[in-house]
Amino acid sequence: MASNRMSRKLINIYRLGIKELWSLWRDPVMMVLIVFTFTFSVYTAGTSMPDTLNKAPIAIVDEDDSPLSQRIISAFYLPYFMPPQMISLQEMDSGMDAGLYTFVLNIPPNLQRDVLAGRDAEIQLNVDATRMSQAFTGSGYVQQIIQSEVSEFLQRYRSNTELPVNLAVRARFNPALDQSWFGSLMQIINQITMVAIILTGAALIREREHGTIEHLLVMPVTPAEIMVAKVWSMGLVVLIAAALSLNGMVRGILNVPVEGSLPLFFAGAALHLFATTSMGIFMATLARSMPQFGLLMVLVMMPLQMLSGATTPRESMPEFVQNIMLIAPTTHFVEMGQAILYRSAGFDVVWPQFLALAIIGSVLFIYSLERFRKAIMQMA
Amino acid sequence: MDSVARLQQVSLQYGKTCALDSVSLDIPAGCMVGLLGPDGVGKSSLLALLSGARMVQDGTVEVLGGDMASRHHRNRVCPNIAYMPQGLGKNLYPSLSVEENLQFFARLFGHSRGERRRRIDHLTRSTGLYPFLSRPAGKLSGGMKQKLGLCCALIHDPDLLILDEPTTGVDPLARAQFWDLIRDIRRSRPGMSVVVATAYMDEAQGFDWLVVMDDGHVLDTGTPAELLNRTHSDSLEAAFIALLPDDKKEGYAPVEIPPLPEDGHDIAIEAKDLTMRFGDFTAVDHVSFRIRRGEIFGFLGSNGCGKSTTMKMLTGLLPASEGEAWLFGNEVDPHDLATRRRVGYMSQSFSLYGELTVEQNLVLHARLFHVPEDDVAQRVEEMISRFDLQDVRGFLPEKLPMGIRQRLSLAVAMVHKPELLILDEPTSGVDPVARDNFWRLLIELSRRDQVTIFISTHFMNEALRCDRMSMMHAGVVLDSDQPQNLIAKRNAATLEEAFISYLIEATADSSDATVSEENISDPDSETPASQKQRPPRFSLQRLWSYLWRETLELQRDPVRATLALIGSLILMLVIGYGMTMDVDDLPYAVLDYDQSTISQNYSLNLSGSQYFIERDPIHDYADLDRRMRSGELALAIEIPPGFGRSVLRGDNVDIGVWVDGAMPSRAETVKGYISGMHTLWLQQRATESGYSGMLSSAVDVETRYRYNPDVKSLPAMVPAVIPLLLLMMPAMLTALAVVREKELGSIINLYVTPVTRTEFILGKQLPYVGFAMINFFLMSLMAVTLFDVPVTGSYPALTFAALIYSFATTGLGLLVSALTRSQIAAIFFAMVGTLIPAVQFSGLTDPVSSLEGGARTIGEIYPATHMVTIARGIFSKALNLQDLAGSFWPMAASVPVIIGIAIALLKKQEH
Repeated sequence: MASNRMSRKLINIYRLGIKELWSLWRDPVMMVLIVFTFTFSVYTAGTSMPDTLNKAPIAIVDEDDSPLSQRIISAFYLPYFMPPQMISLQEMDSGMDAGLYTFVLNIPPNLQRDVLAGRDAEIQLNVDATRMSQAFTGSGYVQQIIQSEVSEFLQRYRSNTELPVNLAVRARFNPALDQSWFGSLMQIINQITMVAIILTGAALIREREHGTIEHLLVMPVTPAEIMVAKVWSMGLVVLIAAALSLNGMVRGILNVPVEGSLPLFFAGAALHLFATTSMGIFMATLARSMPQFGLLMVLVMMPLQMLSGATTPRESMPEFVQNIMLIAPTTHFVEMGQAILYRSAGFDVVWPQFLALAIIGSVLFIYSLERFRKAIMQMA
Repeated sequence: MDSVARLQQVSLQYGKTCALDSVSLDIPAGCMVGLLGPDGVGKSSLLALLSGARMVQDGTVEVLGGDMASRHHRNRVCPNIAYMPQGLGKNLYPSLSVEENLQFFARLFGHSRGERRRRIDHLTRSTGLYPFLSRPAGKLSGGMKQKLGLCCALIHDPDLLILDEPTTGVDPLARAQFWDLIRDIRRSRPGMSVVVATAYMDEAQGFDWLVVMDDGHVLDTGTPAELLNRTHSDSLEAAFIALLPDDKKEGYAPVEIPPLPEDGHDIAIEAKDLTMRFGDFTAVDHVSFRIRRGEIFGFLGSNGCGKSTTMKMLTGLLPASEGEAWLFGNEVDPHDLATRRRVGYMSQSFSLYGELTVEQNLVLHARLFHVPEDDVAQRVEEMISRFDLQDVRGFLPEKLPMGIRQRLSLAVAMVHKPELLILDEPTSGVDPVARDNFWRLLIELSRRDQVTIFISTHFMNEALRCDRMSMMHAGVVLDSDQPQNLIAKRNAATLEEAFISYLIEATADSSDATVSEENISDPDSETPASQKQRPPRFSLQRLWSYLWRETLELQRDPVRATLALIGSLILMLVIGYGMTMDVDDLPYAVLDYDQSTISQNYSLNLSGSQYFIERDPIHDYADLDRRMRSGELALAIEIPPGFGRSVLRGDNVDIGVWVDGAMPSRAETVKGYISGMHTLWLQQRATESGYSGMLSSAVDVETRYRYNPDVKSLPAMVPAVIPLLLLMMPAMLTALAVVREKELGSIINLYVTPVTRTEFILGKQLPYVGFAMINFFLMSLMAVTLFDVPVTGSYPALTFAALIYSFATTGLGLLVSALTRSQIAAIFFAMVGTLIPAVQFSGLTDPVSSLEGGARTIGEIYPATHMVTIARGIFSKALNLQDLAGSFWPMAASVPVIIGIAIALLKKQEH
């Protein structure tokens, strides 16, 4: 008898899930959303993440007008720098105030003469430090370029000594520090979260708006079955879409090598989906309509994505933000994803994240089910 | 006879559906004209054309002596037309009180303060709404909503009153009162013409002149008596069926009900003192009844009287607050899944899965009801043939006509062969022929299959067909008996009269039904001069009216209000902390194979840095690999054996540095830090050992980080994030404000009142400019206090810029709203449409001067670009208004352009 009831439950959950899949299949907006997020937006995230320095606008005040200064000027070219603008000293301040140039190089009179004479010479580099992305790495580049141009220039006149101790810097896991590796995989991770919440939330709100939830409730099915059916079906869709995207888009088209174990990653993703689909249900019980759900999404998704460590490193956030974000499933999923996909970590390394996701997922699921049970009564 | 409106060859198409097909009609003036026909035959479209709410597509529509296609004429006559659209209170604002709704409309028609008070008091007194002035419109009963709608329509003494199904879903007493009211108004204003659409055929009996419509055509016109004579019918419903074209009547026969066999006192449903309370509101109050097996039992009552709630308690959807109910002798228990299998339920609105085909719907429901797997196919076939669904089995229900959907719903409710059917208003919105066909199916189920049927309705003639029925009002059952007995008990001629008599008795002491004796006519009414003339082109009062209403509505919507007030703040916190590019506290460890003083000196040099945090030393390569893989170390330093000796001797030696490249931007920064510190160490060594000359380079590059000397993230980010958030949130909320009206239907007030597009747009926009400014002040406060980013330039200049900018961004929201229809689309487009250009082209990351082609053009005209420059200039570069004139002017110029386009795209009529 008990086993009979159990199998009834499973059959109901299966049937209701299949119904969800049909509903999704016939909803063009959601289908376009899934396709778009897992193809186009992964592609753009992989290709358009700017390299640290890209077309930085630079201006040069050349008060020397010597072969050396010409040599320096001609060393700035695309794609790192825009062709340098030659300006006068008076134009420097106003140009920087208006934000026209990120860098202004001031080459003093008699630079070449002083350098050749071995006297102290100084070039001034003005950086607009309100443009963080270009300012920091860019000024390093500018210095290097100037130094190497000057020393090459001097090579003809005197030999230079090498530094005795070298740094042999190697980047592990992404030797060329290729941004597309990071951008595309993190985008998939972000999209898994977003699409899972939207799909489950929208599926519930749609049932409520169409009044079909009422119909389900007069049938011999329980709220728990309805919710589990939504969780498994929508989770499965996202999992498949993510797997296709990871293999086709990231490895195939973007040529990003993925070192780690994909089965392990998707096992973790499944656990994460358990948490996020529950969250989708929860948000749908809070929102009274689709528009409200949309507004909630705006407020919830931004912190989930931006503070999870998928855009900037967690350790540079204030400690209280780091601690708060420990309750968000995305934090653990991002950590786990980075460890598996980039550093090919095994289960022995990422088990704490698995455990955290399992706990967060269960809490969210139980809490959402409780709310769903209550809300469903008000819906009917 | 004079005509108030004349239609010639008028056709109207919505996409592929044809709502009106070449209709020509003369509507006589000064009388009460009824438009008769079931839902979806084009009545509403016709009325919308007459009121000027919908644009004329084909043919000519003349109303009050002019062509409605001419904007000039519409502007002139619109103050003389009052239009009450279909749906209970569709043009009202549910969160606003009765008083506020009336004030809003009165302002739109230019009444002065005293005149508004006088008119509102007068109208509400004569309709009995006066005691409820402060109640939100959404909390009124259906009948009261319709009265409020009527008051709003009458606030400006119209010459033509257009009412679209004003009494649908309203209880008979309220309905009778409503018509009395209309009669009074007409008596006091004999010149006024009234055009009414109705689906209750019998109601039209008292009208002066009727237009019978079906399927976009006019079937016939004339006085009720003429129509009855011509068709030899005794009721208008019969006359309507007689007038239908032959192919529609095919197979039609009047419904006949075989008597219920007297045997068997088997009780299918029993309810005892069933009560349902929501908070302090009692929806169902001690309802008791018994229904025999095979009986058709009807529940008659208006919308919201508790019919649906009672049914939901019986199905177990709602747990009863009090009382008990039994189905087939078993107490109703929401957790008892076995009883559910014996009940079939059909809810009020059509609620099957629109995304599943007819057949899939049947199969799904059969399976969920655990019809044995082997029987499913056969059972589905049986239903398809019994309910005549063969031709549509592969169709999606959404594409089917109402009548067929109704049959499908019944088939779905019957698929598991229940013994009891609970049908909640199954026939609303279905034409009389389909309704009678539906009833024949019900009768067959009851008499042949012994299925007990519990049905609710607000149609009198349907209630008459039941074996027994209950009349319900305000949660209470007034009486239950056979319909004929009920009529007899009250000495009434019809069931409607009987019901009204019960209602009067029941509500004798409740004030909501009392209509005061005060006459609706008001001889002293001094008609304001402005009103009968053409309304002024631009009126601050109308603008204020929209502005005031928008603010009130926003106050009462917690989600939107939160977003408007502090949405930007929350996001600024998130972005401020989440987007920081500073790299601090990097965990690193050293693998020191040398262990000499020099190698230790090298490690010490690192550990002193604020950027790095030292972890336990690494033992060997395996340890290094494991700890980097787990993400514990962002950086590992390997000092080779013999390092110290080599340094002393001046030999070349390499230090190995391993950087975690998983996050490339972080890795770049780490590389920068480590090489900087390495150079520093070398210089120290060189100075200490007297080799300084060897390392000094020929040229010193003196780097001056201007505006942000510490090269910190926050001072760079915050001034750029403020314009971004001032763009996204206000644009989204403004877009929502307009699209919401489109979705909920109250946009109709823009179409049919004298408010102009400019007044509407500005009235909608100004509250959000206000909220944007509040957000701006809060965000700058947060920047200065929490993020410690000082404002070095002129703050008044920044405030001024923010004000101009808010007009531009809310204008962008209006632009989005002109292009979208649904709220969810508005949210999406406002987000994507404002964020992408802002992030990519407005100098947030790459300055506009490094863009090319189209991107550069967009960047140069997009207001966000200028605001980013201004915010950075004032926050970090100590600039003032004059210094930034080059950014102020283009930004200011964009405001009239954006708002102008938004006004041009907004339509003053529905298309």
